[in-house]
Amino acid sequence: MSVEVTERPQPQPATSETPLVRIRALRKLFPITRGILFQKRIGDVHAVDGVDLDIKRGETLGLVGETGCGKSTLARVLMRLYDATEGSIEFEGQDITHAKGGDLRELRREMQMIFQDPFASLNPRKTVGSIIGAPYRLHRVVPRNKIKSEVQQLMELVGLNPEHYNRYPHEFSGGQRQRIGVARSLALRPKLIVCDEPVSALDVSIQAQVLNLLEDLQEEFNLTYLFIAHDLSVVKHVSDRVAVMYLGKIVEMAVGQTLYRNPKHPYSGALLSAVPIPDPDLAAAKKRIILEGDVPSPIDPPSGCRFHPRCPNAQFPKCSEEEPELLPHHPGQVAACHFPLEDRAIIETPAGG
Amino acid sequence: MAEPLLEVKNLTVHFPTDDGLVKAVDGVSFSLLPGETLGVVGESGSGKSVSFLTVMGLINAKQAVIEGQIIFQGQDLLTLPVDEMRNVRGEKISMIFQDPMTSLHPYYKTGDQIAEAIRVHQRVSKQEAHEQAVEMLRRVGIPRPDERADQYPHEFSGGMRQRAMIAMALSLNPDLLIADEPTTALDVTVQAQILDLLDRLKQEFNAAIVIVTHDLGVVAEHCDHIQVMYAGKIVEAGDRRDIYYGAHHPYTWGLLASIPRLDESDTKERLQPIRGLPPSLIFVPPGCAFHPRCPHVFDRCRTDVPELLPADGHHASRCHLSLSDKERIFQEEVMARS
Amino acid sequence: MGRYLIRRTLFMILVLFIVSLITFIIFVKLPASDPARRAVGKSTSPENVEAARHAFGLDKPLYVQYSRFAKGLIPWPGLFLNEDVYYSYANFVPVKEEIFSRLPVTIALAVGAAVLWTLVGIPIGIISAVRKGSVWDRSAMVFALIGVSAPVFWLAYLFLYIFWFKLGWAPPSGIPIGESVTQAVLSGRFILPWIVLSMTFAAFYARMVRGNLIETMSEDYIRTARAKGLSEKRVIYKHGLRAALTPVVTMFGLDLAVLLGGAFITETVFGLPGVGQYAVRSIFLNDFPAVMGVTLFAAFFIAVANLCVDVAYAFLDPRVRYT
Repeated sequence: MSVEVTERPQPQPATSETPLVRIRALRKLFPITRGILFQKRIGDVHAVDGVDLDIKRGETLGLVGETGCGKSTLARVLMRLYDATEGSIEFEGQDITHAKGGDLRELRREMQMIFQDPFASLNPRKTVGSIIGAPYRLHRVVPRNKIKSEVQQLMELVGLNPEHYNRYPHEFSGGQRQRIGVARSLALRPKLIVCDEPVSALDVSIQAQVLNLLEDLQEEFNLTYLFIAHDLSVVKHVSDRVAVMYLGKIVEMAVGQTLYRNPKHPYSGALLSAVPIPDPDLAAAKKRIILEGDVPSPIDPPSGCRFHPRCPNAQFPKCSEEEPELLPHHPGQVAACHFPLEDRAIIETPAGG
Repeated sequence: MAEPLLEVKNLTVHFPTDDGLVKAVDGVSFSLLPGETLGVVGESGSGKSVSFLTVMGLINAKQAVIEGQIIFQGQDLLTLPVDEMRNVRGEKISMIFQDPMTSLHPYYKTGDQIAEAIRVHQRVSKQEAHEQAVEMLRRVGIPRPDERADQYPHEFSGGMRQRAMIAMALSLNPDLLIADEPTTALDVTVQAQILDLLDRLKQEFNAAIVIVTHDLGVVAEHCDHIQVMYAGKIVEAGDRRDIYYGAHHPYTWGLLASIPRLDESDTKERLQPIRGLPPSLIFVPPGCAFHPRCPHVFDRCRTDVPELLPADGHHASRCHLSLSDKERIFQEEVMARS
Repeated sequence: MGRYLIRRTLFMILVLFIVSLITFIIFVKLPASDPARRAVGKSTSPENVEAARHAFGLDKPLYVQYSRFAKGLIPWPGLFLNEDVYYSYANFVPVKEEIFSRLPVTIALAVGAAVLWTLVGIPIGIISAVRKGSVWDRSAMVFALIGVSAPVFWLAYLFLYIFWFKLGWAPPSGIPIGESVTQAVLSGRFILPWIVLSMTFAAFYARMVRGNLIETMSEDYIRTARAKGLSEKRVIYKHGLRAALTPVVTMFGLDLAVLLGGAFITETVFGLPGVGQYAVRSIFLNDFPAVMGVTLFAAFFIAVANLCVDVAYAFLDPRVRYT
C-alpha cells in the first residue's frame, strides 16, 4: 500500500434505499440470579436498553462510549453472538433477530468481526494459513485445492508476506496479527465488518497503518463498517457518522464533523473535552467539562435521564424524572437531552476545510 | 540554575537472554529539576519504562547489565547498597503503574496497604499510619475515605483504584513521582480526572512528576518538558512548544503525522504512518536506529550514530539532518497538515 | 452464606445417594460367591443357607435391598450406617463399630503424614521458587519427580527392607494386640508409614507451591510492594505467599479428608489396623455392607471437607463471596 496524501471521497448523499442494517428497540439484558436450588432472577444488567440504529450501505458508522455503555454488547447482538432480549434486527431488509441454523450460517458470510486483542483472538496452535482459510473450509465456498492460493492472495492484500502461510501467530508482531484478523474477516467477502476496538491494543505508529488498510479495503471491496472504539480521535478519523452510547442507550448521533464542532449532549461534550489533544495551545483553549465520579453500573440505571447524576447541566426535577428523546438539532444530528449544550461548546477547530 | 533533582548519565540497561543481548536502554542522559513535569513518550520497546524501573531499582544488577549513573539528590543510586536504596524507594521516589486492577494486592484492605507503605519508612503506630492513610485517600478525592480504607481493591472502580495508588505513592511526600502509563487502562473521562488530580497534587506536594506514556496528547496537556524515546535512546528532548511547534526529529514528525486528531480539519487526509516495524532490540540497526524507517535517510545515517545535540541546549535531537533542514521539513510536512 | 450452605448440604446428600447406588450396582453385577453360603460355612444344609439368605435380606427384590441400605446414607446420628442393615457378612460385627474402632489408627497415620508433608513440602517449594534455576531448585524438583513417580507400595517395601530388615532401625510392621494407638505412635511404629505416605504428597506440594509462588511473584502487586520499599523478605512472605498458598490450603483439606477415609496401600503394607485395611479386606471378602459402609463413610468425609474448604476459601480470598 503506497503512502500518498489523498483526500477521501465524501460520503455518498443519503438515498432512499434500505439501510444495510436496521436495529429497532433493541434490548439485551443479562439476568442476575440467586437462589438455593433453583436460581431466581433478582435483577438484570441492562447492557443494551433500547437502541434504534441504521447502518447505511458503504458507510462507516462509529460507535463510541466508555466501559459499561453497551457498545460491545450491541455489536455482539448484531452479529448474533448473543440473542436479543427484545427488539428487532434487520439485515438487507430481512429479519435476522431469531435466525438459526442454516440461515444463521448464511448470514455469517455477510457479517464478520475484527476483534480488539490481536494476541487473544488468534488460536496460537493454528498456522496463519489455516486461520485465514478456516472460513473457506467452514462454508465450503472454495474448492479445497484452491484455498491456499486464495488465502495467500488475501495475505498480500492486507500487507502480509504470503510466504509466511505456515507460520504461527506468535511469530508475528501485534500489528501483523491484527492484519491476520482483517484477512480472516475478509475471506468470505462480507458486506458488513464490525470492528471492535481494532487498533486500541496497537502501538501508535502501527495504528495508522492498520487504519489506512481498513480504509483501502473499504474502497476496494465496498465494505460497510461498524467501528467501535473508545478513542474519539480514531473514531472521528474513520467515521462518516458517529453514535455516542451511555449506559445502554444512544445519547447522541451526528453526521461528519457536527459532533466534534457542536456536541449537544453534555456527555458527548465531556468525552470531547477529556480527549487529550497533541497541541498545547489548542489544548489550553479547550473548554473543560470534568465529570464527577465514575461510570455507573448498568445494573440499576438511574431514573429519568441516565446521565443526570453526573451531568453538570442537569436541572431537577425534569432530568431525574423524564427520559429525554432523541431530538434533531443540526442537520444529521440527534441528541437526547432536555438542556443541550450551546454551539461551539468544546473545541475550536481551525476555520475552513 | 537550580540543582537538578535527578541526573541520569549514560544509562544503559542490557538484558542477557537466550536469543541475545536485549539493549533495552542504550545511553540515556537527562536531568530533571525539582517540581518539573517531564513527559517521556515512546512506543513499546522504546526503553521508556525500563529506564524508570531502573531509576527505582526495580530492575537491578541481578537481572540486567547496568552501566552509567543515576544521581538523585547528589547520590548515585546505582552504587547504593540494597537496604539504603530501599529507603529511597517509596519515600523519596515513588511510582504508580499502568493497571490499577492488578497493582494492588487483592487480599489486603486498601487502607492497610497504604499504611504499610507509611510504616516501612516512618516510625509510627499502626493507628497513626491508618489515620494518615485515610487522610491521603481524602486528599486524592475519594469520598467517605474512612469507609473506603476498610474495603478491598476489588470493591473499587478503576478510577478510584488509581486514585488509591496515587494516595499510596504520595503518602510519604516524595520528591519525585514516576507515573508509568497511569491512564492507559482507564476510560477517557476518568483519565481526565486522574491527570487533573496529578496536576493539582503536584502543586500541593511540590513534587516532580515523570509521566511515561505513548499518548502524545497527554504529554501536550500536562508536561513542561518532553523526551521522545526510540530503540533505547532519547531521540528528541525539549519544551512542550519545541516539540509540537518545531520538532527536529523524523520519528517525532512521524508520530505527529500518524495520529488521528480531534483538531484536524474537515477534509480528512490520509494518515501518514511511519513505514516498517519497530526495530529488534537485539539486532539494532547500525548507525541511526531509525534509519530503516526514515523518509529522509541519507548515507551517513546508515553508518554513524548521531549524537543528541545541542548538548547544552534545551531543545536537542539525535539526527544528522542540518538544523535548517529540520526546520524546513517540519514546516512543510507537519504544520501543513493542520 | 446460609443459603449456600443449605444448597451444598442438599448436594452432599445427592452425592451420597449416587455413590451408594453405584456401589450397589457394582456388587450386584459382580460374579461372586453367595455371601449367605459363605457365612454359614461350606457344608451346611440348604435350609441354613436359606435362613441366612433371609436374614441378610438377599431373597428380596433388588430395589428393596437397596432401599434398606439407602436409609443408612443420611448423615444423621442414629440413621447413618445403621446397625441392623450395615452388619458385616464376614465377621458379624456392626460396620459402624468396626470403623470407629479402627479410626484412631487411620487418624494417627493421616494427621502425622499431613504434618510431615506440610513441613517438608512447602518450604522446599518456597526455596525452589525464590531460587529458581539454582542447584537447590533443580535438586528439589528431582526429589519431587521421584516422590511423585514412585508408587507407594514400592516405597513402603523398600523402606521396610532398608530400615527394618537391614538396619534394624525401625520396628516391624503391624501393631501388636493390646497396644493402644498412643503406645504404637510412641514406640515409633508409625514413623516409616508417615514417611512413605507423606513422600508423594510432599513432592506434589513442593511442585505446586513452587509453581504458584513463581506465578504470584510475577504479578503486578508484587512490583508495587517492592516499589513501596518493602524488604524482599516481606515481599515474598507477606505479599507473595499469602496469595500463593491459598489454593494449597484448599488442596490440603481435601487431601487430608481423602486419607481419613483410609490410606489403603500404606495400611496394608505396614499392617496397620486402620479403616483402609478394613476396606481392602472387605472387598476381597465380598462383604457388601462393610464395603458400602466404608465407601459412604469416606464419601461423607470428603463431601464435608469439600464444603469446609470452599467456605475457608471465602475467608482467605476476599474476592470470593457466596450467596
